[in-house]
Order: sequence, then C-alpha cells, then structure tokens
Amino acid sequence: MASTTPTETPPAPPAASRRAASTGRVGDKVFLGLSRGSGILLLAIMASIAVFLGYRAALAISENEGDFLTTFDWNPAGDPPVFGIAVLLFGTVVSSIIAMAIAVPVAVGIALFISHYAPRRIAAPLAYVVDLLAAVPSIIYGIWGALFLVPYLGGLNLWLDEYLGWTYVFDKTEVGVARSLFTVGILLAIMILPIVTSVSREVFLQVPRMNEEAALALGATRWEVIRMSVLPFGRSGVISASMLGLGRALGETMAVATVLSPSFVISLHILDPGGGTFAQNIAAKFDEADQFGRDALIASGLVLFVLTLLVNGAARLIIARRKEYSGANA
Amino acid sequence: MAKRIDISGLSAFYGSHKAIEDISMTVEPRSVTAFIGPSGCGKSTFLRTLNRMHEVTPGGRVEGKVMLDDENLYAREVDPVAVRRTVGMVFQRPNPFPTMSIFDNVAAGLRLNGSYKKTELNAVVERSLRGANLWNEVKDRLNKPGSGLSGGQQQRLCIARAIAVEPDVLLMDEPCSALDPISTLAIEDLIGELKERFTIVIVTHNMQQAARVSDRTAFFNLSAVGQPGRLIEIDETERIFSNPSVQATEDYISGRFG
Repeated sequence: MASTTPTETPPAPPAASRRAASTGRVGDKVFLGLSRGSGILLLAIMASIAVFLGYRAALAISENEGDFLTTFDWNPAGDPPVFGIAVLLFGTVVSSIIAMAIAVPVAVGIALFISHYAPRRIAAPLAYVVDLLAAVPSIIYGIWGALFLVPYLGGLNLWLDEYLGWTYVFDKTEVGVARSLFTVGILLAIMILPIVTSVSREVFLQVPRMNEEAALALGATRWEVIRMSVLPFGRSGVISASMLGLGRALGETMAVATVLSPSFVISLHILDPGGGTFAQNIAAKFDEADQFGRDALIASGLVLFVLTLLVNGAARLIIARRKEYSGANA
Repeated sequence: MAKRIDISGLSAFYGSHKAIEDISMTVEPRSVTAFIGPSGCGKSTFLRTLNRMHEVTPGGRVEGKVMLDDENLYAREVDPVAVRRTVGMVFQRPNPFPTMSIFDNVAAGLRLNGSYKKTELNAVVERSLRGANLWNEVKDRLNKPGSGLSGGQQQRLCIARAIAVEPDVLLMDEPCSALDPISTLAIEDLIGELKERFTIVIVTHNMQQAARVSDRTAFFNLSAVGQPGRLIEIDETERIFSNPSVQATEDYISGRFG
C-alpha cells in the first residue's frame, strides 16, 4: 500500500479484511437504520394525519353554505349546513392570552424564587409541589373550576366590573355565573403553571456561575444579578417554556368544556359567560355529530393545528433573532 | 483611588472547613502584589475575601479584619455590595455578559451606580477600552456582542469593565490561565500600565509571570491536604525569587514541590 500514489487505483483489499472491517460496523449500521427509520416514520405519520385531516376537512368545507372563517354559527346538520370558526378562534386565542398573561409572570417568579432566593430546604419541596400540579388530570381541574372557581370568582368579577369596567374588557354586561372566557383563562393559567415553571427553573439553574459572579463583582445586588445575568441567559428558555404552556392552553379540552357555558357570540367583555374554543367545541359536539358534522369538526381542528404551528414558528423567530446574544457561544 | 489594604488575623471558612488561617499582610497602593503557592493553598479564597466575594459561596464565612485605608470591609455596617463597587475583580476565565454588546459590557458597572448621560457613557467606555488596550480592536463594532471576541480580547474587555467604575483596588484571579502566550503578554503589559492608577493583586500559578509583573510577592502554602492554607512570607519580588527567607519558598520556586 505504501507504493500507492494518488493517480493509480489502490488494489482491492482482500475479502477477509473487508469482512473484518464490516463486522465492526454492524452496530453503526443497525443504529443508523433505527434512527433514520424513526425519523422517516415520524414524517410518514405526520403526512398521513395531515392528508386525512385535510381530505375530511375539504369534504366538509366544500358543502358549507356559510363562510368557514367568519360565520358565527355551528350548524353542520342544518339544511343548508352552515358553520364557521370565528367564535372558536376568538375564544381560543383570548382564553390563551389571559392564561399566558397570568401564568408566565407568576411562573418566572416561582422559578426565580426556587433557583435563586429560597433556601435549599424550602426550594426542593416547593419545586416538587409545583411539579405535582402537572400530574393532576385535566378533568379534575375542570370539575374544580366548575365547582369552586366559578362560584367564588363572582366577587372578583364584580370588583373588576366596578373598578375596571371603564376598560370595556372588564365591563360585565350580563348578570350570571362566571362561566366566562376569563374564568377559563384563570383555570388554564393554573394548568400551564407547572410546565412553564419547571422548564424556566431548569434554565435559570443552568446560568453559568461565572456569569453571575461577573455581575456580583461589579457590585450588583441580587436583583441586579438576576436582571443582568440570569434573565438574559434564560430568555430563550422562558420563551420555549411559555410555548409549551401555550400549546397546552390552546388545545386544552376537558377543563374548558366543563367550565365554559358555550355560545356562538364574539364579545370582548371577557367576564360575560359565553364563547367557545376549538377543543371545547369538538368535545361538546363530536358524540352527537353525524359523518358530515364530524368532518366539519375536523376542519376546525385543522385550524387549531395551523394556529399552533404559527405560534411556534413565531417563537422560534424571536429566539433566532437574538441568537448571537444568547450566550450559547460564550 | 489606589488604596492600601491592611489585612490582619484573617481566616476564611467553607462551612466548618477552615480554608485559610490567620493571614496578616499589607498590600501597597499603586503596585502589583502577586500571590503564589501550590493548588489548594487558599490564595484564590484569600483574594475573594478582599472584595467580600467569598461569602457568596454557600457556607462561606470570614473572621478577621481587612482595612481599605481606614475603613474595615468587614465592619458590621458595611454593605458587601458597596465593597464590590470599590474593589473590582477579574476572573480566571473571561466572563463578559454574553447577552450584552461590547459597549454595554463596559458600561454595565456605571449603569448599576446610577444614570449617566449618553455622552458621559461614551467617554468612560472609550477611556476604559483604551485603558485596557482594546479600543483600536473594537471601536468599529462596539454594538456587537462581547462573546464574539477572542479569549484574550474578552479578558481585556473584562478588565475594561472592571476599571470603568474607577475602583480603588483591582483583584485578578489567574487572569491569564485560559489564554495563549500572546494574549498573556498583552495582559501582562496592561497590568504594568494599570498599576500607575490602581492597587493590583494578582493570583497566578505561573511563577515567571509573578516575577515579570509584580513588585511584591506573597507565598502561600499548606502543611497537609485538608489543613488550612497560610501565608508563608511576603517580600519584594526580587528577594522572593533570589533569596527568600523561608526554605519552603525556595523549594517551591526552584520546583522541588507544588
């Protein structure tokens, strides 16, 4: 082999040595096949779901006499069938915004407390309790929301109406129990709190010690250390955590269906009962729907799917935009 | 501006473990004092007691007195945060704030101390970067992230950040141990310039470096693993490296242990 120059073809190695070389690579080949196969399988499953949903949705939408995006009604069994997702889209987005507005600041606060303020003997049990919140099934949250949150939020609703009613949003125009998007938002906030908290906490704990010491050595107080080192470092992690929470809030079904009293109206008075969300609507209508009605519900589910994709894409853009400042290359 | 440090009877603990014991010495203003000694002898711990960074470590505790001119850093009414604003520190590994631009890194300390006009900030940032011999390399990209610089540049950025607040003392904890020889040379030259204005204390594992940059050298040692580290002697650097008064110092410097 030593005489081989780049111009001439090297002689084929003897069969025996080739076999020896290949037996050493069996593990590589199996693993490559497994991982590649898993990747392809995932794509195949996603594609077949998309094709199935798209086909069924198209069937329903082509028969729809109303405008799918703007109709305030859901009556696929009518003659002619009329249904639209406007109310569902509105309700889903509004309840999720309320949930995020409440949950993210609280979760970041809890995560900072656990990671940077609390003494260790308090931090560990507290983290455990927060994680425990995630283990409660959503139907339990729904029952708790309906039996506890709805009656006991009455007072808060009246208070908000009286002092913040001028903002329009908190103006309560209908008397009645608090089976509103606002209550749903609070319930969703409690439900997404654990996931946002625990992911944020893990990120905050990973802030390199030397980044925090850099701030400390400049004479930063504990809050200033958090502001200068911890929060900037954890920023993209908190966004990811929020997206995980938002994904759950957008798609939450049982808890919303148990608490909300659905109606096909769009109202920015978030304290008024009524409204609906994609998942809640599907859960409520699926059992009694015929084949066509189910196709219509599938079409609405497809919109939720697209909405989730858009939200995640936006989050990725936000993270990527400041990538060179992320600290990943430090 | 450049103050004298008088340390007397200083011990530092991690929980119940005593890391350094009964250290007394004086650090002269406008000079470079080097701390040398084998690993684990407590020289970094000692350095961190001089700006009250030691007590940031869980269980960290200090006994004794550190006088900065006539102020005891460990007096009851003294706020450790205020101490760290007058005693700056540069770390072993360059640690610019990764999410901040070069400009913001240098301005970070000033912004902690209050609000400044943009023109004042510009002046201080330029002066500090010039002081750290970094201005010419970064003046066209001040708004780029500091983490994009080379290791040596990052360390000079950290020095610029530390001197921007005009501290009385500058502590350096093995500032060149993560750098290549050329960057090391740049930092050593810089230390020579900075001692005109600051009291500088530098911990180093590199004895040639101690001999090159320092005016006085303190040798630390520990009698056995698990025992607290002690100050063996402190003297003019020339004497320490030519004719030390303690045998252990000579053994360490001539490479017989450590």
